[in-house]
Formats: sequence, structure tokens, C-alpha cells
Amino acid sequence: MMPELGKYAAVVLSAYGISLFLLMGIVALSVLRARRVARALAAANGGRDA
Amino acid sequence: MSLWEYANPVRFMHLSGRILPVAGLAAAVLLTVGLVWGFFLTPDDFRQGSTVKIIYLHVPAAMMAINAWAMMLIASLIWLIRRHHVSALAARAAAPVGLTMTLIALVTGAIWGQPMWGTWWAWDPRLTSFLILTLFYLGYIALWEAIEEPDMGADLTSILCLVGSVFALLSRYAVNFWNQGLHQGASLSLDKQENVADVFYLPLLTCIAGFVLLFVALVLLRTRTEIRARQLRAIALRDRMA
Repeated sequence: MMPELGKYAAVVLSAYGISLFLLMGIVALSVLRARRVARALAAANGGRDA
Repeated sequence: MSLWEYANPVRFMHLSGRILPVAGLAAAVLLTVGLVWGFFLTPDDFRQGSTVKIIYLHVPAAMMAINAWAMMLIASLIWLIRRHHVSALAARAAAPVGLTMTLIALVTGAIWGQPMWGTWWAWDPRLTSFLILTLFYLGYIALWEAIEEPDMGADLTSILCLVGSVFALLSRYAVNFWNQGLHQGASLSLDKQENVADVFYLPLLTCIAGFVLLFVALVLLRTRTEIRARQLRAIALRDRMA
């Protein structure tokens, strides 16, 4: 299934690897902070839905 | 109903809570389809070989890097003129996402440039203005973090955003202003001669749609977080005063 990338395989794969790492990184950081802040706000509101 | 009603944090939270899952899911589907299509199912270019596959990351990321700054500019102007807090927080929320897009565009451009241009980097007008835009993103994020008082932070970052818009504009149009640069013209064009070849066009459009929706989903999520963080700060201040 892997396409034939020829002599540029390292170039193409590194571009995809770094980009996907950065994209997943910003998604993960955003989701984790969102959860942490929502939990803290719920706790500060005495368990009420934030 | 006026658009300005969504400047009310309660209304914004209600509406964004409904849009966010749809935008997030659509972004995931479009990005998966677009990248799989582009990587596995499109042919090599007769000049660029398999490096043409980098276009599916580089072009959407570069577009979003500039468009994110444009969105921050609009939100900053709304803050400066109408003092809507949600708009200032949305601009703040967009900056790290825009920075990520800028880094992806710079890194994939450098990786592609090495075999195609024979260099990782050139002081070409578009590349240089893009690098300066990256520094503006970093400065914008740092300025928000450095200022304790939220309204002052919003004022100063909004002004920084106005200044940085010059470089966002240059990043987009530098190729048209100066002809001596290495960077080629836009990949997407209404002119059939200049537009990217048909076989690459649809997967590229799919990836662009995926990047746009990912940006929307992340900005909504992060703006909601900023609103909650501000509520948390207000509660902490109230408790301290009590």
C-alpha cells in the first residue's frame, strides 16, 4: 500500500512526520488545557456545571 | 438576531458548544481523506517527483498561517472599537494555532526546498516575510503572557496585531511585489495555466477544507477555554477580596 517515493522518500516522510506531530501537538495541548480549566472552574463553582 | 449578540460569553458558549463537535469531526474526516488521497493515490510530478506530495501540507498550512492572522486582525479591531471581550479572547486563542500552521509551512517548505532549490532557506521576499510573521506570532503570544491586567493585554496585543498585519499581507503578496524571489506563484489560481494540475487539485482542496475546519474547531475550543479561565480568575479575585 505504501507508495513508491523513490529517492525523495526521506524528504516526503519527514515533512509528513513533523507536520502531523505539530498538528497532533496543538490538538492535544488544546484539549488537555480545555479539560483542566473546565474541571477547575467546576470545582470553583462548587460542583456546578461550568 | 444581531451578530453582536454572540459577543455575549453565555451566548457564545452555547453556540460554540453546538458547532465545535461538528467542526472537529468534519476536520478529522476531511484531513484524513485529503491526506490519504494525496499521499497514497496521486502520481508523482514529472519535475518534482514524489516531493509534490508535500503540497497537501505546505499550501493549506501557509494559507491558514496568513488567514489566522487576518482573523486575529478582525477580532483585534472589534476589541479596539467595540470592546467585546470574546473577540479579544478569540484572537488570543487563535495565535498558537496560527503559529503551528506557520511552523508547518516553514518546515515543509525548507524540507521541499533542499532537493528542489538546492537550499533549505533563501532570503526570498515571501520566505523572509513569513519568517517575520512567525516572530510576530511569538511576540504576540509572549505579550499576552507577560501582561497581568487582561484589558491592557488585549489593547497592546491588538496594536501588535495591527503592525504584524503588514507582514501577513507581504507573506501573501510578496511574490507579486518582487519578481526576483525563488518562491513560485500561488498554487491555486483561477487561471487554468497557473493552477495546480487537475490530478492534485481535488485532494489539495480537501486538505485545505480540513485545515480550515481544524482551525475553526481549535479556535472555538481554545476561546471557550479562555472564557472559562477568565471566569476562574474572577472567582479567585472575588475569593481573595472576601
